[in-house]
Amino acid sequence: MSAPWYPASGPQPPAPGLQPRASSLSIETPEGVVFSFELATPVTRALAWAVDATAIGCLLYGIGKIAALAGVFGRDIVGAITVGGYFAVSVGYGIVLEWRWRGQTIGKRMLGLRVIDARGLRLHLPQIVLRNLLRLVDALPLLYLVGGIVCFLSRYGQRLGDLAANTIVAREARWTAPDLDLIAGARYNSLQAWPHLAARLRSQASPEAVALACRALAGRERYDPRARIDLFGDLAAYFQSLVQFPETAVEGLTDEQYVRSVLRVIYGAGK
Amino acid sequence: MIIDLRRFVTAERAYWDELQNVLARLESEPGRRLPLAEIQRLHYLYERCSADLARLDTFATEPGLRAMLQSLVGRAYSEIHETRAPLRIRWRSLIFAFPRAFRRHLGGFGLSLGVTLLGCAFGWFAIRTDPASKAVLMPFGGLMGSPAERVHEEESNARARADRLRGKKATFSAELMTNNIQVTMLTLAAGITWGAGTLILLFYNGVILGAVAADYMAAGQAVFLAGWLLPHGSIEIPAILLGGQCGFILAGAMIGWGGQTTRADRLRAVATDLFSIAAGAAALLIWAGVLEAFVSQYHQPVIPYALKISVGVCELAALGLFLGWAGRE
Repeated sequence: MSAPWYPASGPQPPAPGLQPRASSLSIETPEGVVFSFELATPVTRALAWAVDATAIGCLLYGIGKIAALAGVFGRDIVGAITVGGYFAVSVGYGIVLEWRWRGQTIGKRMLGLRVIDARGLRLHLPQIVLRNLLRLVDALPLLYLVGGIVCFLSRYGQRLGDLAANTIVAREARWTAPDLDLIAGARYNSLQAWPHLAARLRSQASPEAVALACRALAGRERYDPRARIDLFGDLAAYFQSLVQFPETAVEGLTDEQYVRSVLRVIYGAGK
Repeated sequence: MIIDLRRFVTAERAYWDELQNVLARLESEPGRRLPLAEIQRLHYLYERCSADLARLDTFATEPGLRAMLQSLVGRAYSEIHETRAPLRIRWRSLIFAFPRAFRRHLGGFGLSLGVTLLGCAFGWFAIRTDPASKAVLMPFGGLMGSPAERVHEEESNARARADRLRGKKATFSAELMTNNIQVTMLTLAAGITWGAGTLILLFYNGVILGAVAADYMAAGQAVFLAGWLLPHGSIEIPAILLGGQCGFILAGAMIGWGGQTTRADRLRAVATDLFSIAAGAAALLIWAGVLEAFVSQYHQPVIPYALKISVGVCELAALGLFLGWAGRE
């Protein structure tokens, strides 16, 4: 398991001058395969923190109740449990959860975020402790102002704790299988008669446009008729700008049918 | 090149699901050691999914599938290429990790001690040359009055004075622990400012310490001061110095001092030592909190100063021995 390896690409020391914020962190494995993590934006991180702050508040309320139950042992014990419990929860919440849930807290789980090692390696306890202890500085002077500013300025959206611990916060990829049945409904696809053009379309279509076309087809019944015509008109124009099929292939196809045929070509469905 | 995505997904999905299950098992049981056959299978699945990801690069569409495969390959990569041994919480190794880490970074501790002593010297001279600066240097109610009057009051009515904390000692102790741990961790965390924050905090701490010492010693109350501070201070002050040591270790990794390694590598190299020292310092401060609330507040004749000073000196010696010799190979 501990085969010798050469350093994968991770956050590198910044070059002089301001650098644009990256939206993802790419890592190249020794096998030459590149994978990337989509970075969490400061706004989603702030939302996750708000959820965590609420969870910590609830835990503190629970500690108050437990301390009250311990009142039979005296007010001194209640005070000690409250003070100690408050401190333990406020410091230990992030450490314990990120350790047990592999880089996630309640807020990060809800927002689909995860703390990961900046080189894609396994997250270690010292890293988790360090990034959580650095909250003391990140939270200064109030409401994570220092951490927020550093997060906005740093290339990989890292606050000071992340920089010290070599971690980043990434969005978790949740895969839903492509809805091939939505596209594969028709029996004949005239575009498939031109395999070289179909291959060119497959290689040139942008993932965003294809995903948009899939969503447009899935929700077409919900659109206003006029908007629906405009939307599929725009999509058809985009795909036509990539590859021009002969007149005979597209004859009689509405824009919507054309987009559907394009998706069948891209996903290899239909004949 | 993928021509038929449906066929591709159908053919490969079983491998993705298998890798997903293996990774989920590994992630839920981090300490689990895989037998050779399972390691080989994991490696095969990792390479197969990596190849699928590479094939998908020829297919411009379906970002969701690509993201899922990237996530799988990334998780498998972290399991296969991680060379650091997982940290196991074993008390024996954790206890020895603390003094070993301390000794590896003696320079940081020396700097921490030096800055604090510098602060002490500043506080000392400020109080001796300008006693009126007391209100500025140590703005704490309990220290504002005359040391001689305080000592007279404490000693003439020692039992009653000590009992003013009756029914509050546990709470007081918890407050001291949490406050001191926060100060120590802030001293550590401030190291991220290239050491400037740590330097300021240690210096300020030293100023207060030096000012208090000068104030009491000028009033001829050195024995009272030692008896009051030593039982808890012989642990608390070194613990804060350990926080400062961590801050300077962090600062050293940030600065780099002309080395060839990247900042990320340097920070990665010191993370475990920082964790060990910080955990050790926190444990020491819990002990110091107990002593401060339950022992330090009692003065002569309830507890003779000689005994309190002896306790403090013994603690300091024991701590020195522990940090200097425990866990030596």
